[in-house]
Amino acid sequence: MAWFRKEKEPLKAAEGERLRTEGLWIKCDGCRAIIWKKDLDANWSVCPKCGHHFRIDARTRLRLLLDDENYTTHDSDVETSDPLNFVDLKSYRDRIATAQRTTKLKDAVITAEGTIGGRGVFLCSMEYGFIGGSMGGVVGELITRAAERALDQRIPLIIVSASGGARMMEGTVSLMQMAKVSAALARMDTAGVPYISVLTDPTTGGVTASFSMLGDLNIAEPGALIGFAGPRVIEQTIRQKLPAGFQRSEFLLTHGMLDAVVPRTEMKAYIINALKFFLD
Amino acid sequence: MDRDKAREEFEHIEREMETLGKSTASPEAEKRLQELSDQLQHLREELTGPLTPWQRVQVARHPQRPHLLDFIPLLFENFSEIHGDRSFSDDPAMVGGFAWFRGKPVMVIGQQKGHDTQQKLKRNFGMPKPEGYRKALRLMNLAAKFHRPIFTFVDTPGAYPGIDSEERGQAEAIARNLRDMVRLPVPIIVTITGEGGSGGALAIAVGDRILILENSVYSVISPEGCASITWRDATKATTAADALKMTADDLRALGIVDQIVPEPAGGAHVDHKKIAESIGEHLQRALAEVSGLPAQELLDQRYRKFRNMGQFFRTAAS
Repeated sequence: MAWFRKEKEPLKAAEGERLRTEGLWIKCDGCRAIIWKKDLDANWSVCPKCGHHFRIDARTRLRLLLDDENYTTHDSDVETSDPLNFVDLKSYRDRIATAQRTTKLKDAVITAEGTIGGRGVFLCSMEYGFIGGSMGGVVGELITRAAERALDQRIPLIIVSASGGARMMEGTVSLMQMAKVSAALARMDTAGVPYISVLTDPTTGGVTASFSMLGDLNIAEPGALIGFAGPRVIEQTIRQKLPAGFQRSEFLLTHGMLDAVVPRTEMKAYIINALKFFLD
Repeated sequence: MDRDKAREEFEHIEREMETLGKSTASPEAEKRLQELSDQLQHLREELTGPLTPWQRVQVARHPQRPHLLDFIPLLFENFSEIHGDRSFSDDPAMVGGFAWFRGKPVMVIGQQKGHDTQQKLKRNFGMPKPEGYRKALRLMNLAAKFHRPIFTFVDTPGAYPGIDSEERGQAEAIARNLRDMVRLPVPIIVTITGEGGSGGALAIAVGDRILILENSVYSVISPEGCASITWRDATKATTAADALKMTADDLRALGIVDQIVPEPAGGAHVDHKKIAESIGEHLQRALAEVSGLPAQELLDQRYRKFRNMGQFFRTAAS
């Protein structure tokens, strides 16, 4: 017989007090540190420890750069009519439908008219989540219209790129968008209406080789992959590994291909200052 | 099937049938004769039917297809090459210079591939680096300064994808050409003579008239590249060539090219002289169409031409 009798009641879990931890913490791709998601969000998705810039979507970008929510979007209901009837493993139409569902956008760019530092601007913000931010006829048309409006009203244009390049599923039609947008930018350039190009991770292919490199200022976020050919294509062509840091913003800066590398948290202030220099 | 091989086989079978026909009749010879005549019929269809897109890709890349340096003596008089971009080096994959076209002074610019291994290496397989595009633009500006029309000839697998190209700003070089070609106040006539490989082709292909040789192709990506991305299998290139709508007929239907220059039977490589004559006629006509225009009108038309490319969208019901 035991000296003491033990009450065999199990410990009760406090109802509703289960702690959920998934999604609250994020591992930084830059420094491997574990960051509290709220800290990351409060810092515009820049790692507070190492400064690594996480990718952000097109809408977040608008909130980051524009003064407030008082902006209007243009042409947000334009969608492709699939010029080539393109089908590979999936049909292009299906790919479009899926991308439209997940991003709640009709194509890979948002055109907004709003203010930055109190000054009216047109801002095109690309959505990498929409078929890799690729440029087909719709992206080309929307950016061209934005440039034409900016020219008409003599209002500065800002394009934030995040794109894998021209959209293969629209073939040569998407290739021609490079010429089309560049033509509109040529008119702005001749007329002296400012255009600032902001390059973010990643900006490659036909987008880099057209409007992204044609700004009065070409500025990039730190650590962004920027190039003409993708790193895989280059590796296959030259059959050797690429050096660390190749095609990153800092690499382009040293080679004279960017005007500045500007952290996300300072981007808006930088743009306000630049526009002041151009226009006041 | 490769048409050159088909033609060889055709001739071979014809010879065999001839010898068989002369020999004494035997059941075996009779049977063989029948077989051969069936094969011949099949090959004849292969040779005379329209080429598939993939066959056109092969014709466009044919090693004996005339390249710019073959065309120049056939189309122009008194060509003087101008080298270098005046800031880094001279890119042998891009050739340019001044010459006379039917008595008129013109600027001639284009990519240059090679016919044999040594030439191919020298010309980097017709894949220019940034300095090549910068040389091209420098020459175009020179032409504009002295009011001379510009002829460009496009034949490239694409702009060179390499470490040095990236370091020197391949993307910037191409982008600048696109922007500045739109506003050059002299006529620009573009001819796609072989492969029109993506941005590397477009960087000298913004103009007032876009001509394309019947078997040339023009695309945002090579069929092999497309196949390895979408099907993860480069052997699906045949299918990709269909899907990309990269042939001359497709491109005219899409409103991307203006005129198709017919090639001699079998392709441009069969008869360099004949294709050059045909190109010459088309160039003259195209130049005549635009050379009388006042500069501003010319630029407005060029702007509208590219502005209206790819109007393939609709307004969604939201």
